[in-house]
Amino acid sequence: MKIKFRKELVERMKNHALETYPNECCGFIFGEDHIEGRKITEVHQTGNSKVGDQQRRFEIDPLEYLKAERYALANDLTLVGIYHSHPDHPALPSEYDLKQAVPFFSYIILSIEKDGVKNITSWQLDQNNQFEEENVIIEIETLK
Amino acid sequence: MARIIIPTPLRKFTDNRATIEVKAIDIRESIHALSSLYPDLKKQLLDDAGEIRQFVRIYLGDEDIKVLNNEKTPVTEDAVISIVPAIAGGLASSNSHSVQHTGATQR
Repeated sequence: MKIKFRKELVERMKNHALETYPNECCGFIFGEDHIEGRKITEVHQTGNSKVGDQQRRFEIDPLEYLKAERYALANDLTLVGIYHSHPDHPALPSEYDLKQAVPFFSYIILSIEKDGVKNITSWQLDQNNQFEEENVIIEIETLK
Repeated sequence: MARIIIPTPLRKFTDNRATIEVKAIDIRESIHALSSLYPDLKKQLLDDAGEIRQFVRIYLGDEDIKVLNNEKTPVTEDAVISIVPAIAGGLASSNSHSVQHTGATQR
């Protein structure tokens, strides 16, 4: 599965990861879901509501989640996934990520170190509830 | 009719419908009505005893039903009920291992 982002949206996620470093950041990704792949049109940051160790965990407040679903409905979009950062760790899903994952969503992971984001990957649960990597495609806008 | 917002991860069980209208007097009846309409959704929402699963969060408007009257919370004709999946993740420990995965090479 392909998942396409405009460069500007990727920069927004990267900046969010930098702002919250060394804590994990998280947010919503909205867009279109097609058989041939997903096209992300909006990225919204949200707060990490995890009480305790935010350097290794994130949680999204349920009320923020339902507001995101309402926003998608009102704007004819689909909430297609969640992004979060892995401070000082690879952009690979952890066992905890797998345990918490829900079907359908694309899980974007940004690997971040002190001097910036090192890698971005995307994952989706397959039929066997295992993560399958998606092809992240970053579109660079050109002048018309 | 009360309106139930289906979260995107569960829409594969509702023929991709984002909202479903049900006639019910309380939350419990609403969720059971929804489960009757979409039997594949039932096991996602209800346990074997027919109770709403612990990890399924239900909101009436902006309020978690846990701070209202749980499943007995009454619903009005114009009620908006939301099913909210728990969203969490991250590194399990400082020595956490990544899970095995399948899939594409990143481009």
